[in-house]
Amino acid sequence: MAADPLQVAPVDAVRHTATPSLRRRFSQALATRPILSMVLSRLALGAVTIILIAIIVYVATTVLPGDAATAILGHSATPERVAKLRAELGLDKPLLTRFWHWATNALSLNFGNSLGEAAPATSVGTVASNSVTSLASERIENSAVLVLVSAVISTVLGLLMGVYAAYRRDGFFDTVGSVFSLVASALPEFVVAIFCVLLFSTSVFHWFPAISVLEPGVSILSQPEKLVLPVLALVIVVTPYMFRMTRGAMIEALDSDYVEFARLKGASTARVALRHALPNALAPIIQVVGLNLLFLAGGIVLVETIFTYPGLGLMLVSAINGRNVTEIQYIVILLAVFYVLLNIVSDVCVLIVTPRRRYPR
Amino acid sequence: MEAASISGADAQLKGPALGGRLGRIVAQALRTWRGKVGLGLTLFVVAVAFLGPVLGGTGPLDLKGAPFEAPGHATGALGGDALGRSVLARVLHGGWHLMLIALAATVLAVVVGTAAGVVAAYRGGRVDSLIMRSVDVLLGVPQLVFVLMMLSVIGAKTWLVIVSVGLTQAPQVARVLRAAAQDVSERDYVKAVAAWGVPPRTVIRRHVVPSLLSPLMVESALRLSFSIILVAGLAFLGLGVHPPGADWGVMINENRVGIAANSWGVLAPSILLAALAVGTNMFSDAIARAGLSSARTGDPSLELFAVSATGAGEVVPLQEVPE
Repeated sequence: MAADPLQVAPVDAVRHTATPSLRRRFSQALATRPILSMVLSRLALGAVTIILIAIIVYVATTVLPGDAATAILGHSATPERVAKLRAELGLDKPLLTRFWHWATNALSLNFGNSLGEAAPATSVGTVASNSVTSLASERIENSAVLVLVSAVISTVLGLLMGVYAAYRRDGFFDTVGSVFSLVASALPEFVVAIFCVLLFSTSVFHWFPAISVLEPGVSILSQPEKLVLPVLALVIVVTPYMFRMTRGAMIEALDSDYVEFARLKGASTARVALRHALPNALAPIIQVVGLNLLFLAGGIVLVETIFTYPGLGLMLVSAINGRNVTEIQYIVILLAVFYVLLNIVSDVCVLIVTPRRRYPR
Repeated sequence: MEAASISGADAQLKGPALGGRLGRIVAQALRTWRGKVGLGLTLFVVAVAFLGPVLGGTGPLDLKGAPFEAPGHATGALGGDALGRSVLARVLHGGWHLMLIALAATVLAVVVGTAAGVVAAYRGGRVDSLIMRSVDVLLGVPQLVFVLMMLSVIGAKTWLVIVSVGLTQAPQVARVLRAAAQDVSERDYVKAVAAWGVPPRTVIRRHVVPSLLSPLMVESALRLSFSIILVAGLAFLGLGVHPPGADWGVMINENRVGIAANSWGVLAPSILLAALAVGTNMFSDAIARAGLSSARTGDPSLELFAVSATGAGEVVPLQEVPE
């Protein structure tokens, strides 16, 4: 509508009297920039989503029967001490005030102190920071390494297998790969992890450590052997989606008229696959990479627990077992932000590789 | 005259009775190897879980021998667990509880998700965007994390596990069924009934939902398979409900430390869980394909739903064309 020349002409004619309103110019600018407009609207929606999740998380974690003060002091504490600490922590204020306080602090990445055993409820001025964000920073790094390595390996593996299976459709590799992917994609990740431990660590081969405990301050990258089994378990669960989607998208592309034409023209097999078919199969492939990353963000909870891998997932499980409210809040919000951003990034990438989707009819 | 013609056309478009169509889709699914293997695996594990407590292995709680005892001694064919209880007896007793919880959660997810998705599609406008935005919010956190958060608040109660697992699955159902119901709502027979003055609630219940049989079946089977994984995962983390007897997820957790001494304590429940998950997933895949091929023969609403069978738990177009 904004690109309609009839609409633009009168504005030109009366330029001396009035420039188009700011809002109008803004919507014109967006109409000619579909990617920008999508990013903006999705970011706005994402912000609303995260605010709602923050409310749910905060309310859910603060209506705990035993509150933070009791959690810190233990059940044997005298009522006076509990009341004093409640006042210190601001727990005696109304819920809305507390939420506002928490949310504004959260915006500046201050999620409060951990309520774990080292909580300095009495020890004022300890050197080591007990803030949730600093406790989690190393865990975030470890989990990011785990997720990224698994994502890269599974994407490359799934792509290669999918393209090959599509080329040799109904061949031996295709049949075996399809059956394997159907089985592997259905398996619970912790069962896969158990099988990996049995096979490669304790019972058949003794190649890799069964648990991946790390001393604090040591990077997982300096001990890559501890990364192998957790990554293997995640790759087995996640690769089938990549394989299936690549295979399906490639088959569709290979059956199309333009690939037929490229073949008739005399293009080599590799050129047909890489220059003609693959670019058109990219959109669904990107979607699956996004979905797999989302799945991995949830999958780390169980896999990290099995291997005692010092990541965010393990931290969440122990926070829940210890009712460590501030840690739970931070980790859940962190995962939610990751989810929302990842969805936006993957949708934008899809839009970039499929120009025809940018201008909906 | 007019009334007769409308209801006549309606009956014609609705096709054969619900039970008949359901049977036809299942029969068609069972003609494929996926359907046969899937149903076979599922029935096998269900039989173990529900006949186990009756037939074999008494005393899943009795201390019979040494911890992690090798198979073939006092603790039976699969050896002992962390406390010296019989792994065999515990495996036979540990499945029914988990399956009932997963089943209840699935029913809840399908009912709530279908209601939300169909109402969103049929009503459109604000109702639609309100429902679909809530769906986006619920999908904004990993399922397991959401369930863990709920459980950390109130504690592990059976009803809470069912409700939280059901609620995290419902948004996925709602997305798929909204897409399907949008298509159905556009059809002439639904518009005709609505124009006749039939209240929306009746139109949805009598005319829209029955046309969604195939997507409903696919979603139910798929959600069941995800619910089983979720419930077992919770039990494994020690955050699910601890039944009085035994539980496969709990067993895997308890016996992990002795995995080198007697791996059966971990292996036996793992194999059964794996067989159950693979079986239900394969069967849902077979139903999706059956729906797809019956879509070829005329009912386009069925087509969309092959989609969710990719297993990612998302609406992804299934580009594999079944033979």
